[in-house]
Amino acid sequence: MIFGHVITAQQLFGQLLIGLINGSFYALLSLGLAVIFGMLNIVNFAHGALYMMGAFVAYFLLHELGLNYWWALIGSPLIVGAFGALIERTLLVRLRGLDPLYSLLLTFGVALMIQGLFQNYFGASGMPYAIPPQLSGAHNLGFMFLPNYRAWVIGFSAFVCLATWFLIEKTRIGAYLRAATENPTMTRAFGLNVPRMITLTYGFGVGLAALAGVLAAPINQVRPGMGADIIAVVFAVVVIGGMGSILGSIITGFTLGVVEGMTKVFYPEASNTVVFVIMAVVLLIKPAGLFGKVA
Amino acid sequence: MATAEAAAPTLAVSGLQAWYGESHVLHCVDFEVRPGEVVTLLGRNGAGKTTTLKAIMGIVGKRSGSVAFTGHETIGLSSDRIARLGMAICPEERAIFSSLSVRENLMLPPRVAPGGLTLERIFALFPNLAERLASGGGKLSGGEQQMLAIARILRTGARFLMLDEPTEGLAPVIIRQIGHTIAELKREGFTILLVEQNFRFAATVSDRYYVMEHGHIELGFANADLDANNMEKLHVRLGV
Repeated sequence: MIFGHVITAQQLFGQLLIGLINGSFYALLSLGLAVIFGMLNIVNFAHGALYMMGAFVAYFLLHELGLNYWWALIGSPLIVGAFGALIERTLLVRLRGLDPLYSLLLTFGVALMIQGLFQNYFGASGMPYAIPPQLSGAHNLGFMFLPNYRAWVIGFSAFVCLATWFLIEKTRIGAYLRAATENPTMTRAFGLNVPRMITLTYGFGVGLAALAGVLAAPINQVRPGMGADIIAVVFAVVVIGGMGSILGSIITGFTLGVVEGMTKVFYPEASNTVVFVIMAVVLLIKPAGLFGKVA
Repeated sequence: MATAEAAAPTLAVSGLQAWYGESHVLHCVDFEVRPGEVVTLLGRNGAGKTTTLKAIMGIVGKRSGSVAFTGHETIGLSSDRIARLGMAICPEERAIFSSLSVRENLMLPPRVAPGGLTLERIFALFPNLAERLASGGGKLSGGEQQMLAIARILRTGARFLMLDEPTEGLAPVIIRQIGHTIAELKREGFTILLVEQNFRFAATVSDRYYVMEHGHIELGFANADLDANNMEKLHVRLGV
């Protein structure tokens, strides 16, 4: 007995699972934000709206074109990523070199517009998206019941996060991106098309948000407000992990999902605020975030 | 200058002007570099030597006039397109990327043409680099940084190199190593535009000189014409 509750093993593992699922979304979303902020110095407030668009594109692909979940997993990030590239080419490009506050305001406005449009057409209520048949059902692990789809989301998110980390830290493409981040003028003078790299990087970060949206569609409903609900926590994760830190956003994302889940077990009253309390404490002790470099 | 008409210039700069924001730094710069030459821009601090190199590379705020490279007009091109025509710069601040390893720094500039130096040749010229490949770019000494900054533009196949004060602040042994490298590149037919404060060093490698003052070329002469008269002019202008 803790804080007056009786805690069963089932409850504990159930919340651990929910925590890991939420953590998967936090990690994917904050990773996209970290890539965009770290490489381009853009605070992408439209990230939640683009995550929501990812889920909606999956829904349309299924219901309008008959393309199933697996197609959506590839198609939605590409489509929404291309939309992101368009935003960068037409709007964000004009703010290059200015304080990140400007891009924050711009993307905040874009987020409101996207969300408003979707709300106008689809209302506030959610639309169901079925779990793909290959991933329906569950496994009994003895101590808990593990739905296959949830196991897939956790495993696939972790894989995508690590693959992104590997791409940026260990490959030649990643070296180009890091160089362009550190000294865009000289990187360009070596013959690399830096403006195109910036557009593609933004599109890639947005694609990660859309991928998270597709993964979330069968778990939560497809709703215009789904992005706005999650974005505040995701920004807290980014701040805790350290703005722009790739590995930091992955580790912090999964960890805070679990911390949130465990709080629901041990002290449910605090489960909605625990992430922000942690953020405040981290900012007091380590203002650059747990994995951030001091600017 | 007996060879003046011998070959079309690799680089022909005429009427080049450049600005940093509101300040007008280059006023009508005219000079040329012919294939296989090592040409040095001399001049006091602030004369516009570094800006001239940056303007040729397309990395100043604003520029006008004409910069013809192997017959192509480049004044309207972005720096990445200029680089891909086969020119490369080793900037004064060296611009080693601290978030990249030495190996990543070395491999960063993409190949723009066939015929770049192999890694074996580069390590033969700069043996220290071979031992430091796994180090972070920010962990190198000044001499190692300079070697890396030169080495990474030798792989790319660019045959026209601009070196901005490669000997600045370095120990004599490293300066000799860099002089040896420039001489070897010259033997292989590279064309080099050098900026130097160190006239003694420049005199060991250069074919010709231009002296800059207040953002334009004041004087040009060949190494062979380095007689008492020209030395006197240099002395007046540079204090060497």
